[in-house]
Amino acid sequence: MAITYEPIATQTISGSATSTLTFASIPATFTDLILASSGSNSTLSDIKIRFNADTGSNYSETILLGSGSSAIAARGSNTTGLNHNYTNTSIAAAISHIMNYSNSTTYKSTMTRWNSATSTDPYTAVYVGQWRNTSAITSVTVFVGSGNFVAGSIFTLYGIKAA
Amino acid sequence: MANTYRKIDSATVGSGGVASVTFSSIPQTYTDLLIKGCARSLRASDEDGMGFGINGTGATNWLLLSGNGSAASSGTSSSLGYGAAFIGRIPGATATANTFGNFELYLPNYTSSLAKSYFTDAVTENNSSTAYASLLAAYQSSTSVVSSVILLAGNANLAQYSTFTLYGIKNS
Repeated sequence: MAITYEPIATQTISGSATSTLTFASIPATFTDLILASSGSNSTLSDIKIRFNADTGSNYSETILLGSGSSAIAARGSNTTGLNHNYTNTSIAAAISHIMNYSNSTTYKSTMTRWNSATSTDPYTAVYVGQWRNTSAITSVTVFVGSGNFVAGSIFTLYGIKAA
Repeated sequence: MANTYRKIDSATVGSGGVASVTFSSIPQTYTDLLIKGCARSLRASDEDGMGFGINGTGATNWLLLSGNGSAASSGTSSSLGYGAAFIGRIPGATATANTFGNFELYLPNYTSSLAKSYFTDAVTENNSSTAYASLLAAYQSSTSVVSSVILLAGNANLAQYSTFTLYGIKNS
């Protein structure tokens, strides 16, 4: 029986201060990737992702989000990463879909649902993102804009196979 | 062989409807929970709220982004009086016949001793002006593991043929 949805790796933050984690050597045998997380930050901050250690301004996003009082549409061009979540010390859940990651023909697109229902600066949002690079994705780096991940935060990378 | 994405339980509402559906004794052997639902309410209205509770309680607070085809709005609230959080809208009894709303709820790290955060995407569409698409974020401050979940309509019974499936997703 085909294994369609398979865990690739999990990283759980321990007590030491960690602001970056990387899923490296991602096998090219799947069709899509999913990054699922439940975590929090030591301070209110973005949690972002980058591909293949690309720190250049090669990312962009279109955003729809609700703040609890306003519905907001926005975009970011020539950014240095894609948003995965935005939270403080309260637990927040997020999931990023990275489609067709292993091809070497197209730019890479992502769809992210992130959610922070905490009492300070809450949001629920959907982001569509693009990495302007045709290279196959072999690594995913997750990092905070400021502060560190709180112990117990967990990030899992899954592969989805089309055949 | 890994059982990464596996059905834990499912329920289909029978004739006459039911007040709620509960998935209890949830095994603690997965990492995340995923619920897919297709539901309609018996409320004498074109819509009703869909409620979700963990271990018999609603969310500590939640916020919603909703669009109805003519405007988008965002609201926030805390747990509802019937021990559940509002996770989206479903068609009511006066909505277009045979029309059910769909939603997906993702609850990661449900066995942890941390607070719980989950989110839903919910939609209704009935070829009329009253339809909704919504995104919801919810936060439950309880640090208990999730052993049961309840699904219900806000103002009436769930209608016959409403279906709910609980999946476990395992990261190893």
